[in-house]
Amino acid sequence: MLANTDLSRFIFGRLTLDSIPYHEPILIVTFLGVVVLGGALLAAVTYYRWWGYLWHEWITSVDHKRIGVMYIILAIVMLLRGFADAILMRTQQAIAFGGNEGFLPAHHYDQVFTAHGVIMIFFVAMPMITGIMNYIIPLQIGARDVAFPFLNNFSFWMTAGGAMLIMISLFVGEFARTGWLAFPPLSGAEFSPGVGVDYYIWGLQVAGVGTLLSGVNLLVTVIKMRAPGMTMMRLPVFVWSSLCTNVLIVAAFPVLTAVLTLLSLDRYAGTHFFTNDMGGNSMMYFNLIWIWGHPEVYILILPLFGVFSEITSTFSGKRLFAYTSMVYALVVITILSYLVWLHHFFTMGNGATVNSFFGITTMIISIPTGVKVFNWLFTMYEGRIRFELPMMWTIAFIVTFVIGGMSGVLLAVPPVDFTVHNSLFLVAHFHNVIIGGVLFGSFAAINYWFPKAFGFKLDVFWGKVSFWCWVVGFYFAFMPLYVLGLMGVTRRLREFDDPSLQIWFVIAAFGAALIAAGIAALLLQFYVSVRDRKKLIDATGDPWDGRTLEWATSSPPPQYNFAFTPIVRDLDAFTDMKRNDFRRPGDGFRPIHMPKNTEAGVILAGLSTVCGFALIWYIWWLAALSFFGLIGYAIWHSFNYDRDYHIPADEVAETEQAYASLAAGRS
Amino acid sequence: MRHFTLFTVLSLPLLLSACGDLVVLFPDGDIAARQRDMMLIATGLMLLIIVPVIAMTFWFAWRYRAANKAARYEADWDHSTKLELAIWAAPLLIIIILGAVTWVGTHLLDPYRPLDEITTSETVDTEGEPLVVEVVALNWKWLFVYPEYGIATVNELAAPVDRPIRFELTAESVMNAFYVPTLAGMIYAMPGMETKLHAVVNKEGTYDGFASHYNGAGFSDMRFKFYGQTPEQFDAWVEEVRQADDELNQQSYLRLAYPSEADPVRYFSSVQHGLYQRILGMCVQDGKMCVQEIMNIDNSESSGEEEHVDVDRLRYETFPIDEFGGHSPQGATAPASGRIPHTDRMLEGDREDGAGSIAPSQLNRSH
Amino acid sequence: MAHAANSQNAPPESFFELNEHGHETGSSTMLGFWIYLMSDCLIFAVLFATYGVLGANYAAGPRPEDIFELPLLAVNTAMLLFSSITYGFAMIAMQARQTKMVLLWLAVTGVFGALFLGIELYEFGVFIGEGASPQRSGFLSAFFTLVGTHGLHVTFGIVWLVTLMVQIQKYGLISANRRRIMCLSMFWHFLDVVWIGVFTFVYLIRMI
Ligand code: HEM
Ligand SMILES: [Cu+2]
Ligand SMILES: [Cu+2]
Repeated sequence: MLANTDLSRFIFGRLTLDSIPYHEPILIVTFLGVVVLGGALLAAVTYYRWWGYLWHEWITSVDHKRIGVMYIILAIVMLLRGFADAILMRTQQAIAFGGNEGFLPAHHYDQVFTAHGVIMIFFVAMPMITGIMNYIIPLQIGARDVAFPFLNNFSFWMTAGGAMLIMISLFVGEFARTGWLAFPPLSGAEFSPGVGVDYYIWGLQVAGVGTLLSGVNLLVTVIKMRAPGMTMMRLPVFVWSSLCTNVLIVAAFPVLTAVLTLLSLDRYAGTHFFTNDMGGNSMMYFNLIWIWGHPEVYILILPLFGVFSEITSTFSGKRLFAYTSMVYALVVITILSYLVWLHHFFTMGNGATVNSFFGITTMIISIPTGVKVFNWLFTMYEGRIRFELPMMWTIAFIVTFVIGGMSGVLLAVPPVDFTVHNSLFLVAHFHNVIIGGVLFGSFAAINYWFPKAFGFKLDVFWGKVSFWCWVVGFYFAFMPLYVLGLMGVTRRLREFDDPSLQIWFVIAAFGAALIAAGIAALLLQFYVSVRDRKKLIDATGDPWDGRTLEWATSSPPPQYNFAFTPIVRDLDAFTDMKRNDFRRPGDGFRPIHMPKNTEAGVILAGLSTVCGFALIWYIWWLAALSFFGLIGYAIWHSFNYDRDYHIPADEVAETEQAYASLAAGRS
Repeated sequence: MRHFTLFTVLSLPLLLSACGDLVVLFPDGDIAARQRDMMLIATGLMLLIIVPVIAMTFWFAWRYRAANKAARYEADWDHSTKLELAIWAAPLLIIIILGAVTWVGTHLLDPYRPLDEITTSETVDTEGEPLVVEVVALNWKWLFVYPEYGIATVNELAAPVDRPIRFELTAESVMNAFYVPTLAGMIYAMPGMETKLHAVVNKEGTYDGFASHYNGAGFSDMRFKFYGQTPEQFDAWVEEVRQADDELNQQSYLRLAYPSEADPVRYFSSVQHGLYQRILGMCVQDGKMCVQEIMNIDNSESSGEEEHVDVDRLRYETFPIDEFGGHSPQGATAPASGRIPHTDRMLEGDREDGAGSIAPSQLNRSH
Repeated sequence: MAHAANSQNAPPESFFELNEHGHETGSSTMLGFWIYLMSDCLIFAVLFATYGVLGANYAAGPRPEDIFELPLLAVNTAMLLFSSITYGFAMIAMQARQTKMVLLWLAVTGVFGALFLGIELYEFGVFIGEGASPQRSGFLSAFFTLVGTHGLHVTFGIVWLVTLMVQIQKYGLISANRRRIMCLSMFWHFLDVVWIGVFTFVYLIRMI
């Protein structure tokens, strides 16, 4: 037992054995599960001697494709965690009626909804879109990598470090009990003295650095590294939408960084930014966090608008309708998303003019969004639509998203928002757009680009099972919440009096169970596809009759993506090539200039994570050590000028010949 | 109801599906009813575009399926000026109408705006003084002060039918929102600040009110009943409150402010003069400087140097919410935590100074 | 967009760039660093806005006119402005490939930067001594955070500058180092611009 002596305080800060919830049955079981599974995984890696492979080919890799895949794996793993939280909440709310306390007391329940929101937004949705953008952007613009490959690796590991901190909070200490935006004064030192909010702050700060840098990176990539001939108006829509997203990231995440810094100063240094007394102003936090928060929702959805555009066009076998409109719509959304933040607190007592201004700007955003929906529809119009999985997700998205959009516009009307703000109606709305948009879009993207990334398609049967469970489950899980919202039921409630509400929560819980089946089917789909990979093989690199450049190379693409940089003459560059019987050069290969792998990213991110952990627990010596270690290592790393190499021409020739013969043999 | 027809048509599907009480759609207060009307108008306007879009999605998906070789196939058709104009114009038109409705509705239904003949149905008496209720969001209970009658209640609100009510709201320590769905939309209640809400109830009845902004462990139970009463009933209710033993003054307020969950209803027969202003000024404790006073100093021309205010007078000492949550094992669930029921602990500590009138929360739950 | 007009064009000789030459990565770095600076600019924007909101919340405590010392501030500002000029000289020397001069001017820049920091820390010390600490009021929290964040940036700049000097010493004015000098130059001037904002909005306006 650690006595709370000065020495142990010095060494461990606030951390004592009591911080470990060993008296906590649910957590112990979870912990054991993690230990057993994790142990098995580590043992397998050791047994099969994969450490070297993992280290050299993945962890230290600066290849945008590897990093993209790692982002998506991170997102899927965190989806499991976030969804486990959702199941806990759904179960609690389905049983906690009429004096029954359910199985989660406030202390636990309030952590669960906070963790769910934080994880889903920052560690599921964000890594998912970052991963997709990372993988696809360079391929679609005909580049060999992103602009700053090392930075890309570092960004990924910072995101993973943030996720790690959030996961640690499950077993060491606790998480915030404040809701996912941690509004002060509740999140201030006075009302949340524990480590929960500190986990929140440092988890997001560490991950936030990664997000910001990856935003800068992808922005420069799109601006600087497009293939010859690819003018801005020949950018695939996915690249356009990613461009807008990265502009938003670069222009919004610093605000989050700053506002969280102010909150941490209040908590650590006793300043008065958001306190009740001494001249603090907690309303300022609401404004600042939503100035980041609203653009954030567009950061999440825009890339998937791009994904849907690509998919609709490919599977309708038709050029995208009104590309120019589409681009302008994206740009308008990007700009307007900075002028609407106040719609998140109409009820704070702002004047009617302010409220109606922000209400109307919000509605205006729905115009370009509506235009995009019409563009997808008219892309389908007079097409030849193949209902492969990506297209099915797209149809489900359109229908679901317009419903969510409609409830969103309702919430933008201040007098209406007064009645359903903070209610389950709101919860239904944002899941309606986030699940219907971001998750459905991610699944569409995964099904669409999986063959590109791994050289074989995903299994259709399990894909369809997953699709139907998710879509039907979604409607069961969230439509009742609209009804509950209209019954005046507030969000974040742990127990209820009125027994007539219960049935709706039970239906919602049933929906969540269906979604659970959908997630299980998704995992099975991966498993079955890997098992049957020989059958599902994509030899040509172009399994869907694709239209953009990523399909012009092999599946999976070689490390250097393109042996020769493609020349672009049209929006649908690859269609243009195919129509004109393009031929891949069979010789004349040249050495290709590539960046070297480096361990610096994972080391720097590891040190940042340790530093975050130390700050959370007030282990000052460790915080100082890791911080100066971080600076020292970064300086040391900057003395390494030898960061790239050439892939010899022979090797390129060999790779390209292998691809050519594979494609010829099968297609 | 003036929008009756529109209302019936639009809410038909909901009527059919609802087995519970859709209070937001069927409120008994005029302001809430108007807000509901706005919701229906907006929904109707949007359905004009949403329904065709969904129909088109399915229709196009079916009609142009790859198997249907009879359908036209135009692989390179990607532009039509007319169509593009139409798809920008259609949502634009709807938003222009909705925007206009929003502008007017937001101003008419501004919670700060006193009820007048324009905003209120004929039955409401807009000539007389509104009923003023001062609302304080405490952790985790509601305090209602009726300055006109010199009484106060905890977790129970009453008002006579058809008399406009003016709520003046503040909070003790964290952000809150006050919501009685049948009366009017919600409004935040924030420490050191005052918000206002005007509303009226048009029908007798018992309604729910609650906190609608998450504020910590006791949030779920921060509920109260709101009674819409005839004037006679209301007078009788006021009289009953006046008979209570407790009085609300600085001391009893500070004890009341101590965090507690699922508190029962309490009545206070009298209220110390100016108490609400001191709550608002975050200076109920003796010796504290009120917000209003601090602002006067800050806004005055001369610098505060000469005066040298004692910093302790400025610090707002409230009861940290984690008085409760913080001591229990971190991440505890019900059976394992051994968490002492809150009010029990409070009783132990407070027994001498006679705070016994607050019943142990977990035991006396009425529901 | 044209009706797929391009596809009717005659196909080009090849759809691939057969004679590719190495790409200059330098310009990407400069652009990336510039974008990063813009995002940093937003952090300062938030801090300025915070100062704007809280700047008059003295909590019955010290006000700007009670604590700010304009003469000291003028000296301080001069230090930073000089350092920007001397950095300019370092850039000129770099164009002329005079390694020694570059090092010399960078060193001078660093000294000015350090003097600036020293004066700022001294000023902070005096304020805190007078009871005007960051914990005293919203105004002071915002003040210290804004000015302190700028100071942290300068500190970081100096660390970078020293590192860079060692690298120049060791490897000369190779292209990688020239690129780094240019990035640091952007950073340094950026801090100068931010300081002019701080000087104007935090100090001057409040004193007049
Ligand atoms: C997959 C199925 C999901 C289910 C069943 C689910 C369920 C829930 C539930 C029950 C709540 C709490 C509602 C309340 O406050 O009473 C919630 C809150 C929330 N969810 Fe989900 N959710 C799901 C997916 C997602 C996804 C994918 C995201 C975002 C990417 C997300 C983001 C959020 C956020 C931000 C909150 C608010 C948390 C807070 O109140 O602070 N959820 N969800
Ligand atoms: Cu928003
Ligand atoms: Cu929304």
